[in-house]
Formats: sequence, structure tokens, C-alpha cells
Amino acid sequence: MDIFLQLIVNGLLLGGAYAIISIGLTLIFGVVRVVNFAHGELLMIGMYAVFLASQQLGWHPYVSAIPVALMLFVTGAVIQRFVIQPLLKADPHIQIFATVGVSTALLNLGLLIFGADVRQISPGFGAESFQLGELSIVSGQLVTFLMAIALVGGLHVFLQRTYVGRAFRAVSQHRYAASLMGVNVDRMYVYAFGLGAACVGLAAALLSTQYPVFPTVGSYFTLTAFVVVVLGGMGSLYGALIGALLIGLVDSLAGYYISPDLKEVVYFVIFILILVVRPTGLLGLGRGSE
Amino acid sequence: MLKVHDLRAGYGKSEVLRGISFEVNRGEVVTIVGVNGAGKSTTLKTLCGVVRAQSGRITFDGADISNRPANEIVERGLTMIPEGRQLFPFLTVKDNLLMGAYKKAARSTVAKRYEEVLEMFPRVRERLAQHAGSLSGGEQQMVAIARGMMASPKLLIFDEPSLGLSPLLVEMMFEIIEKITAQGITVLIVEQNVFHTLKLADRGYVLENGEISLSGTGQELLDSDHVRRAYLGM
Repeated sequence: MDIFLQLIVNGLLLGGAYAIISIGLTLIFGVVRVVNFAHGELLMIGMYAVFLASQQLGWHPYVSAIPVALMLFVTGAVIQRFVIQPLLKADPHIQIFATVGVSTALLNLGLLIFGADVRQISPGFGAESFQLGELSIVSGQLVTFLMAIALVGGLHVFLQRTYVGRAFRAVSQHRYAASLMGVNVDRMYVYAFGLGAACVGLAAALLSTQYPVFPTVGSYFTLTAFVVVVLGGMGSLYGALIGALLIGLVDSLAGYYISPDLKEVVYFVIFILILVVRPTGLLGLGRGSE
Repeated sequence: MLKVHDLRAGYGKSEVLRGISFEVNRGEVVTIVGVNGAGKSTTLKTLCGVVRAQSGRITFDGADISNRPANEIVERGLTMIPEGRQLFPFLTVKDNLLMGAYKKAARSTVAKRYEEVLEMFPRVRERLAQHAGSLSGGEQQMVAIARGMMASPKLLIFDEPSLGLSPLLVEMMFEIIEKITAQGITVLIVEQNVFHTLKLADRGYVLENGEISLSGTGQELLDSDHVRRAYLGM
């Protein structure tokens, strides 16, 4: 029983990490309608930035969170403005190829600059674990989980209550009508891509206390993030959170009760089942419903 | 207020508007009537910056707005209620209305405007929390008009407001447009429902094959043989 409870807690906390990455992905998809295959490489850039800030300036990863999120906001905005936007009128698969291109370019840039070595920060707080009754909890995982919840709450308020947030939802449902309301649609896309990338920046800072950085670190997380986003419903904020927690639980339970090597098999089976049975995801109502 | 001079526009190589000129003066209700494919919607989309003008000039309150971005044109006070309503289906009615007040000039007075608009549309008030996509066609049209009113526009443009509505709702809709004009808002309305529109309008233009073939006061057009034969079946 104790081990079961521990596995549940581990799974939920791991889900928090997946959630932050998936939220950015689902936001970009929901508003811009582009599947961002460069998402993992944005995470890699963020983690290297956190690593350099730690090594050169002695900053704790949590201190880097805001500056790195801002840096990635700009990176995302630049990608949208100069890579995706010129292709908006092209076929959607051209945009996908473009993000794959950005992904490959960034990945190789990472290899060129940093080499293939695995680098690890030793941050102190964030890496150690503490006991809570019978349970053992890694502090960094708990922080990540709480930040994921706070991020979903914050984005919810932003999307519901502010003019720009409402415009995000309006643009995702009906570009033409939104432009008739006076919304600068292209600018909203730039903001949305930037915001989605900024979420990854935040994730980079939070994950750097627990995970090492290397050029392909992104693919490890984003493959899972894609499963999460499809599971929750593409473009759905709460879907991403719930999907992430579910995948975290599956990861943790299947890794223990079945086999660590087979846990990915389990969640890809779930992924395929969702695609077959409910292609709009758990919380998706169909196109533009978020 | 709005002056259109020798406007040409189209899609790709096909020219839809072949040099049309018309104007709308402050406080007027002006209508453009014509059959399907005459270029009515293209005219409006060009005014709103959605379709590019190939040549000609559109001025609004003295400023040249030809080929300006759509959002800038909205900021200047020209709002269109598009054909087919075009609500945000998964946004609540309330959020749809608030989107109507997106332009910067409308945001400071949004609370007051919201109450005024709901007073005009009591049925809309009952539906505020529902998704706009779940309403009936008539209710959606009311929301679309209410959303346009939220922008407090100087010139409100209606594109085929009676399309797809039952005869009873069409009557109701024209009553609402009359109420709007009574508030001093200038209105440009494009319709296939020629009889109703010409009765309501101060002046009208008949658009045929991308050209203005006839213009005059609403009554003059109603009395013209050409309009009676071609549009009213008399």
C-alpha cells in the first residue's frame, strides 16, 4: 500500500513537469493552429540558458526562471514572425515542415556550441528530497507541480478576463470574425507563440534542478508532451493538465508494476486508443472549442 | 462621412467591382441592393480591409482608408456585422459581446455600453452564459448586431442581415435597425430583401455586375420601373 501511494505521488509530480511543457504546446496549437515540432528544442535552449546562468553567474535555476521565460518569449515570437507567418497562407503541412526544420537547425546548433556532453547543475534546493510521513518527495518535483497548477490557473484568468486573452480564444475559433472586431490577428499569433515558448522557458528552469541538459533533451520530453496534448484534446488547457497527470500516473505505475522498459508502450497504446475512440481528446469538443 | 470613388476590386484575376462610386453621409441610412454575385459583399469586404482594392479611393471622415489593415479601420469607427453572423461559437454570448468592444476606443466605456446594448436586446440578456453556437438563427443574428453595437461605431455596416431568417424575424430585425438609426448611428446596409430595405433607407444604390446602375432616394428606387421589374417582381 505504501509503495502504491508513493507511486501515485511520484506519478502526479512527474505529471506536473509534463503539464508545463504541454501547456505551451497546446496554447500554440490552439491559437496559431500550428503543431510546433521545435518545442523540444526550445526546452533545450532554455535549459542551456539556465545552465550557463548557473555556471557563469551562479544563479539558482529558479532565479533564472523569469529571464529565461522572457528570452524564450522573444525566441518564440521571432519564430512565428519570420518562419511561420510567411507560410500562413500555405498548406498546413508546409508549416509543419517549417517547424521540423527549425527543430533540426536548433538541435544541430546546440550540438555545435555545446557538444554532445551531458551537463548537470547541482542546485542544492530542488534536487534533495524530504519525508512527508511515509512518503518521500523531491522538492524540485513538488515545486514544478505547484507551478504547473499555478500556470494553468494564471492562464485561465488571462484567457477569460483580459482583452488579449479573449482575443486569443476568438482568433482560434474564427480568424475572420476576430479581424472584424479589430483584432490584429497576426500580432495575436506572435503573442501566442511567444507565450507558449515562455511556458517552455519556465519548464526549463524548473526541470534543470532534476534533469541534466544535452542537445536532444527536448525529444525526451516533447514526445510525451504530444501524447499529453492529443490525450487531453488539442488546444485545451485543462485537457493538457489532466492528460499530463494521467500520463505521469501511467508512467509511474506501469514503470513499477509492468516494467520500466514497457511504460512507454503502455502510454502509446493509450494514445492510439484515444485516437481511435475519441480523436478530439478527453476534453476537446472539436475544432476551436477551447 | 464615407466616400468611395471609382473602386475596383476582385479575387485574383477576376474583377468583381468595376469602378463603383458612392457615398454615405452622417446620420443617413444608405443601402446597396443587388442580386447574388453583383458584388455587394465584395464592396463591404473591401471597405473593411478584408479584400484588397486594386484601384480607387475609400475615404472615411476625410482619411484615406483604402487597403489599410482591418483592425485600423475598426479603430477608426467603421464596424461590419458580417453575412452569416460569424459569431465565436464556443465563446459565451457575453464574451462575444465583449469581443465587440475589443477596439481600444471602446474599452474605457465598455460597462456602460454593455448595459445599453442589453437593454436594446432583452433576449440576448437571457442567453449571456450560453455558447453562441447553441443559439437559434434569429438569436444569433441579434447577438451579431449587439456585438457590432458594442464597438460604438460611427458607421455600422450590415451585410445581408435578413438572410436565413423567418419572415416574422425579418420584420423584427428591420425594427431593430430602425431603432439603431434613431440613435444617430449612420448605417450602410446591403440586402437582397429589396422592398424592406428601400423602405427603411434614405438613399439607395443598385449594384449590377460590379457597377452602380441606379441610385436615388429609397422611395425613388421603389417607384422606378427597373427596380420594380427586376427586384420586386411587379
